[in-house]
Amino acid sequence: MTVFIIRRTLQAIIVLLVMSAIVFLGVFAIGDPVAILISPDATQADIQEAIENLGLDKPIWEQYLVFLGNALEGNLGESFVYNEPAIRLILQRMPATLELAVVAVLLSVFVGIPLGMWAGLRPASVAGKSIMVGSIFGFSLPNFWQGIMLILIFAVILGWLPAFGRGDVAEFLGIQSSLWTLNGWAHIILPATNLALFNTSLIIRLTRASVREVIGLDYVKFARAKGLSRRRVVGVHVLKNIMIPLVTVIGLELASLIAFAVVTETVFAWPGMGKLIIDSIFVLDRPVIVAYMMIIVLMFIAINLIVDILYSVFDPRVRLADMKR
Amino acid sequence: MYLRKFALAATTALVLAAPAAWAEDLVIAVASEATSMDPHFHNTGNNNQIMRHIYDRLINQGPNQELLPGLATSWGPTDDPNVWEFNLREGVTFHDGSAFTADDVAFTLSRAGDVPNSPSGFGTYTADIADIEVVDDYTIRLHTDAPVPLMANNLSTISIVSRALGEGATTEQYNSGEVAVGTGPFRQIEFVPGDRIVMEANPDYWGEAPAWDTVTIRPISSSASRVAALLAGDVDVIANVPTADIEQLSENDDVALSQGVSNRVIYLHLDSDREQTPMITAIGGGDIDNPLRDQRVREALSYAIDREAIVEEVMEGIAIPAGQLLPEGFFGVSDNLDVLDYDPDRARELLAEAGYGDGFAVTLHGPNDRYINDAAVLQAIAQMFSRIGLETEVDAMPRSVYFGRASDLEFSIMLVGWGSGTGEASSPLRALIATHTPELGWGASNRGRYSNEEFDAVLTEALQTVNDAEREALLAQATEIAMGDVAIIPTHFQVNTWGTRPDLQYIPRTDEYTLAIGVVPAD
Repeated sequence: MTVFIIRRTLQAIIVLLVMSAIVFLGVFAIGDPVAILISPDATQADIQEAIENLGLDKPIWEQYLVFLGNALEGNLGESFVYNEPAIRLILQRMPATLELAVVAVLLSVFVGIPLGMWAGLRPASVAGKSIMVGSIFGFSLPNFWQGIMLILIFAVILGWLPAFGRGDVAEFLGIQSSLWTLNGWAHIILPATNLALFNTSLIIRLTRASVREVIGLDYVKFARAKGLSRRRVVGVHVLKNIMIPLVTVIGLELASLIAFAVVTETVFAWPGMGKLIIDSIFVLDRPVIVAYMMIIVLMFIAINLIVDILYSVFDPRVRLADMKR
Repeated sequence: MYLRKFALAATTALVLAAPAAWAEDLVIAVASEATSMDPHFHNTGNNNQIMRHIYDRLINQGPNQELLPGLATSWGPTDDPNVWEFNLREGVTFHDGSAFTADDVAFTLSRAGDVPNSPSGFGTYTADIADIEVVDDYTIRLHTDAPVPLMANNLSTISIVSRALGEGATTEQYNSGEVAVGTGPFRQIEFVPGDRIVMEANPDYWGEAPAWDTVTIRPISSSASRVAALLAGDVDVIANVPTADIEQLSENDDVALSQGVSNRVIYLHLDSDREQTPMITAIGGGDIDNPLRDQRVREALSYAIDREAIVEEVMEGIAIPAGQLLPEGFFGVSDNLDVLDYDPDRARELLAEAGYGDGFAVTLHGPNDRYINDAAVLQAIAQMFSRIGLETEVDAMPRSVYFGRASDLEFSIMLVGWGSGTGEASSPLRALIATHTPELGWGASNRGRYSNEEFDAVLTEALQTVNDAEREALLAQATEIAMGDVAIIPTHFQVNTWGTRPDLQYIPRTDEYTLAIGVVPAD
């Protein structure tokens, strides 16, 4: 276990290094931030001054070395447009994204798994077939369009829910969140639903397939023959065995919901990290882009680690030391 | 077709009609967020429009960018044209209760161009000031090395801050509100980056009392969501209504639209300098000399553009065909220049005269996320060029890629827009058409490297002429020279659309800003 974690940490450091270099060079290759940020009225001298202010007058390799040096001290640079540390900007917006992603994942788990099990246990029933047809829509309709439709129906036509933005924030147990207020829930329902739709469909299909596979296996037949109640067979024996693929997918999906909720955050003007990164890319705010990518990579590594550990919990046959990947 | 008048003069009457007290909360949705509450950190429209609420300038710009008294009640050059004198308003207090004096102006002018890490500061507007002389608490003199007739226009961009709080203050302290203290109609309450800016009426404002108790400005970048938020009643005013929605919204009783022409001209810049230009070849490939150096070719391209069609078809009627750099009514606009008539036959003749009767192959470049319908306009122009026998391709790209490449002179014909921040003609003339001269700060955006000594001489004279009438005539003359040479090809002026609740309207501004003081009851 310890060896496993040490090896993972080393891998993480290498990934971070490579990634930061790629992003650094990538943003450099896209274009010149000053050309976008500078006021049109600026003279050539003003432009030169801005280039120096942002430290862009040095050769790219020198800029990268300076960045690495600062990064070792925990400073990932100051945003060009906010003039604040990139890390702080990202952390400021992280709670908004986290609460959105968590609500979306919970929605997709608590809607997706029961529906998927239903469809798996009764594949020929009308309900089972409807669930599967419905899940195709969740897959195939563009996220952006779904979001606009949700706003149109629930905010514009029915007027039940707010059209955009995050609700009032309150503090509870030391955590600042809009989930502690009613107004916050009113604001989060639509974007969380929008974010959850794709994953719900994914989980429904995955659950159904797993249930279909497991239900015919000997141990299930044996459990039934033993006279266990149907509830116990499905709720314990089946459910526990289908959890392994589900946990992998849910873990990765949580990570990608946090990292790439860009479309939903843009449509609903949700003040999260996704909105920040897309705005930063538009103006080539390199410190924010690089810092964001590093945080996201770290998060993916951490979640993968947790998923691997969870495997061994769900399936005692899996031993962590064996997983040399 | 949905039509409105875009006349400049019509809006002035509305300002006077605004009632003084109309207490309520106002929520405005804008397309792009303000990134900083430091009034001198980043000179960009998204930030500047917020500063107009919290701070005053010595001289304010009205809806048509006309100069109005702000913290200065009167101003002008003294008998010595190298010295400008400003008489300041007495009895004005900052939001923290301290008195405003000339010393605050002196401090502001030294800070404006000198904020650490600034990606685009205000030094552009203060660079001419050699010395600041505080005569008494309410008189200040600015000394320059040469006459600077545009001093008043330049200073109309700079927010006045308090010395007591501002000295040594960082951008962060402005963001937190700690030192964000101005004399403007609203005071800063809360700044949540990416989410909201909340402001509250300043009860002690020296001018007309603000009509709103609180003003909340929220960024909604998706235009469909912005329109939906207005329809749902979650916001009272939205900026940048997309042209595709305008016809439908104009028939909706739950929404009112306000429109006005902007100071922004959309134009084609042509590489009229280099012997060979990167994006032009003979038909079917093969190098040729740069045809754009020939004035007849440039003229042919201008005749080939059907400006009415661009306005009607691409812009859905929400734009004005352009024949020069600013719409009529602005300072320095020439009365002698008309919009060129669409004449493809004349264009072909001119091409033949210049020896390009068989045409040539060209790629047009432009942004696809910067101006209203920019990529569609570029495609329309490409088709029009095809009609006169050019083999035309279009390459539209995100602005983050486009502007850097354009400034590196990688293109031959490019679509760009220019808004005159000072509200008069010298701004585009100096930046776009004057010979590229870094020492003077001329031609900083002259991406075609057009150069004409006669033009430069007239512009130089204009920029040293303090008398307004004489300067205006010189600027018009310079514009005529440039347009006669087809230094650039203007296509249209943008018209901006704001959406409001049906009981409100917005007084459109040529500088494209969305300001709470411009939101007034419907007629």
